[in-house]
Amino acid sequence: MQHIRAHVLVCGGTGCKSAGSGNVIESFKTEIEKKGLSEEVMVVETGCHGFCEHGPLVIIYPEGTFYCQVTPEDVAEIVESHLYKGRIVERLLYHEPLSLEAIPSYKDIAFYKKQERRVLANCGRINPEAIEEYIALGGYEGLAKALTAMTTEEVVEEVKKSGLRGRGGAGFPTGLKWSFAKASVNTKKYIICNADEGDPGAFMDRSVLEGDPHKVLEGMAIAAYAIGSDEGYIYVRAEYPLAIKRLRVAIAQAEKMGFLGNNIFGTKFNFNLHIKEGAGAFVCGEETALMASIEGRRGMPRTRPPFPAVAGLWGKPTNINNVETFANVPLILQKGADWYCTCGTEKSKGTKVFALTGKINNTGLAEVPMGITMREIIYDIGGGITNGKKSIKVCLAEKSL
Amino acid sequence: MKSLEDLKALREKLQSDIRVRENDGTKIIIGMGTCGIAAGAREIMAAVLDELAVRKLKNVQVQQTGCIGMCEKEVLVDVVRPGEPRITYGNVKPVDVKRIIADHVINGRIIEDLVVGKMDDDKI
Repeated sequence: MQHIRAHVLVCGGTGCKSAGSGNVIESFKTEIEKKGLSEEVMVVETGCHGFCEHGPLVIIYPEGTFYCQVTPEDVAEIVESHLYKGRIVERLLYHEPLSLEAIPSYKDIAFYKKQERRVLANCGRINPEAIEEYIALGGYEGLAKALTAMTTEEVVEEVKKSGLRGRGGAGFPTGLKWSFAKASVNTKKYIICNADEGDPGAFMDRSVLEGDPHKVLEGMAIAAYAIGSDEGYIYVRAEYPLAIKRLRVAIAQAEKMGFLGNNIFGTKFNFNLHIKEGAGAFVCGEETALMASIEGRRGMPRTRPPFPAVAGLWGKPTNINNVETFANVPLILQKGADWYCTCGTEKSKGTKVFALTGKINNTGLAEVPMGITMREIIYDIGGGITNGKKSIKVCLAEKSL
Repeated sequence: MKSLEDLKALREKLQSDIRVRENDGTKIIIGMGTCGIAAGAREIMAAVLDELAVRKLKNVQVQQTGCIGMCEKEVLVDVVRPGEPRITYGNVKPVDVKRIIADHVINGRIIEDLVVGKMDDDKI
């Protein structure tokens, strides 16, 4: 009889994949089979855990032991020592750079201590291709609540109250933006998710799409209900094949379980999602060029007015938001705007996901409360500049640093 | 999926599958040092997993630990229920496993004749 006593979570985000985590997963399956532990131990491929500099990452539960830079050659030792005998493999733990102290649990690592993982909560924790795991951690409760217990006005109010601002860079209040499309009178309205992420070095949106795609789908569905839309597009850059694959799987699963499609949760609300792949044009990250691209036209920005909320995709009222913005929405509905406001500053509530790349010790992905200083991000989370250099110049250009 | 209640019921059912990642609930810790393994800890582990599978208990974590020095009393099995002291059972045989799970893990009754130790703080 089967009783699974341990889960081996291997990061399958693009960063770790390119460092060989695919082979690590296969090695685990082989070694576990060899040791006769297949009935007791489950191997799960998760999304990006964020500590990319130190990948491939492996976390073993129930202990929550965090192993770094695991190669296929290390797997036999981990299976023999940790899974079979219960002895942690010390040399593969994360070691604090200065004190060289081994830290078994990732929550104690400096990189994670200052983080507030809300949008990234499921990344590295669940199998992104298993809707069951998303549901087990509270997935689609936000949508259920919105559809069955709230009016569209109440949903918009809740998002306004949360203070959520667009995460695509402009920071426009999301609830207010939704109210514009909601106010437009038309039987056809569209919801668009901007997943073009053209900024060099940025991979926040990619990681959310690869690691927790259902969060984005749920956010879009809630937005669609709020503004009165029944159709949506996710515009993903073609250079993100894994994200596209995970989205396709997620949409199919959501449709099968009735979270997308017609009469969702037994209500009159219908919502169908399409994926539109980009074709390598940076400019299509701009909303009007993006919409032109979906329409099959040349990706050329146009002047506004008219704003998308009045006349957007195919001239219909359209609400377009960034991936991370949508990913915040299910949490606001599920846990409430008051909870959402417990983090952040007076004018900017919530968290922001940062991609740390370049000459920094801990390159990777981190989610921090709004209001944290650049110094904390670079030194406390990022681990400082490589080669012990002392000074750094910072220039802010829109949202890419 | 017709309502929030339907979804919550489904969530309850699915939660047990990833419960292992929460690392909460009752813990059964089996001594897997060399002395433990020599005394038959792997057979005890198999018996524990079988019993948990038969009883469909999903909120119990099974962990291993090393040698704590009481080699004479291996196989040692610790049971920690949330908020209760950590109890160590010694000289555990596969036939004792059913009793440990039924009496202590599920009903909270310590099995006096198998006990070798008790720790109030479950940190060593």
